[in-house]
Amino acid sequence: MALLPNITIDHYLYFSTILFCLGIAGILYRRNAIIMFMCIELMLNAVNVALVAFSKMYGQTDAQVFVFFIMVVAAAEVAVGLAILMMLYRNMHTTETDVLDKLKF
Amino acid sequence: MKELILISLLGIFVLALDVLQLRKLTLPAIVLGLLGLMACCALDWNRNEQPFLEYGGMLLFDNTSLAFTFVFSFLALLWFLITRDQFATDAKRSDLYALTLFSLCGAVIMASYSSLVTLFLGIEILSIPLYVLAASDKRSVRSNEAGFKYFFLGSLASAILLFGIALVYGATGSFDLATIAAAGQSNSSLISIGCLMMLAGFAFKISAAPFHMWAPDVYQGSPTVYTAFMSTVVKGAAFAGMFKLFAIAFNDFTESHRSVFVAMIVLTLLWANVVGMRQTNIKRLLAYSGISHAGFMLAFVMLGASSDPKWLIYYVLTYSIASMIAFVIVNYVESYHLGMEDQDGFKGLVKKNPTLAIAMTLSLLSMAGLPPLSGFMGKYIIIGQCMRADLIGLTIIMILTSVVAMFYYLRIIMLMFTPLENAGRIIPEKGQMWIIGIGSVLIIALFFGASIFEIIQW
Repeated sequence: MALLPNITIDHYLYFSTILFCLGIAGILYRRNAIIMFMCIELMLNAVNVALVAFSKMYGQTDAQVFVFFIMVVAAAEVAVGLAILMMLYRNMHTTETDVLDKLKF
Repeated sequence: MKELILISLLGIFVLALDVLQLRKLTLPAIVLGLLGLMACCALDWNRNEQPFLEYGGMLLFDNTSLAFTFVFSFLALLWFLITRDQFATDAKRSDLYALTLFSLCGAVIMASYSSLVTLFLGIEILSIPLYVLAASDKRSVRSNEAGFKYFFLGSLASAILLFGIALVYGATGSFDLATIAAAGQSNSSLISIGCLMMLAGFAFKISAAPFHMWAPDVYQGSPTVYTAFMSTVVKGAAFAGMFKLFAIAFNDFTESHRSVFVAMIVLTLLWANVVGMRQTNIKRLLAYSGISHAGFMLAFVMLGASSDPKWLIYYVLTYSIASMIAFVIVNYVESYHLGMEDQDGFKGLVKKNPTLAIAMTLSLLSMAGLPPLSGFMGKYIIIGQCMRADLIGLTIIMILTSVVAMFYYLRIIMLMFTPLENAGRIIPEKGQMWIIGIGSVLIIALFFGASIFEIIQW
């Protein structure tokens, strides 16, 4: 942060909040499962930005290590999620989530 | 710590047995391992004199976590025994068992974390195997859909929870629960927003309104054996984590935002019971019943430090046993009606198989909260605690919605005892019927077991 003195922790936090909200908006408004995956990733990365900025602010490395844990978990989630999606595609021949209406009362 | 190592090794061991072509040993190994886990919990009991922090202070095995771990391993043991026949011919049995054990590992972490990092890892270790299990019936479109919805809403909830963790870290500069609890007095807006986001993330996991939409769909679509696991061990683990977070670390937040919790509980109870009445699919109905129980358990969290964790454990135990038995019976009945899980499958069950009908009646009445069944004791305790906290409006809503819930439980019971002209196929008695019997006995015995809980000190 020293290189760019005009950028404070607030800016990082605003940036991360905007990314996070974009992710939520994408999940709510897009109907394609692949895009929705990307939105989840976007949300996790928004968290990573916030954590790294806070970590720098406090001069600790805790949060930066946590970021690596988040990346690992995100990778595991994508592996499982894409497998589920593949299976869905085999049965339904589409990745649009509108077809998922078998479980309604 | 050794509890956690034992359960992870058990999961790997199960996979190794599959590779070594020793599949016959799988179930005995799991039963022994889980009994060993319960023994470990009993041996570690009351070792509070030395600080029981492990793993660089990220895990804390105190008496509450040990009690939760004990309850989870007991429920898992019951689950493995009760679903034995279901898996007897399944070629992928070892994989499914191993995934279940890894999920149980996450449940143990949820009961014993002492840092927000381990909380996040625990919640993911608990959930990721379950996404696979929910979608494990590959050819069924419903199971695919359930897995997909569970995965999506689950990861969304985790992301929201994670953002909350980031904000709390930003406000306090620490992931450690004890440090956060000490810094909680500052009452900054950052920590409040962070806590609210964590509450929303947890509300997804425990299926409390207004974040409960996934539960009926997922419970209905998943293979019923995993629904039984989801509605018991997983929900209990989410509550164990939530109690630790909101009743101990964020006690200030819980005190000052009590109205948020009250609104959530009222909404959960009303929604679950009013919508639950309209359900004709028995799995959806039980899902709504689970949501309304989540409302009751949320009250324990709301009361925070003033409520003793042992009563939450008691509630989790009694609800889980009743719910597990109910789901397993649904599984039996639907497997003899060609996958039909509509409530019509239960018509005249008492003729087809009296043991199942009686066990189902007991578990439904326990969930409805009729004395002398254990579910009554749980509801009685939480309503009493709410009254002592001067939440009269909430207690009235709790009692009224319990009465409404009685209606839909009784509808299923009346269906089971309706005499049928043509009884159809008799459902044969099977080997593990005795486990259902033991479970039913437990439902009654735990009613009196409440007095034992009263005596235990921790």
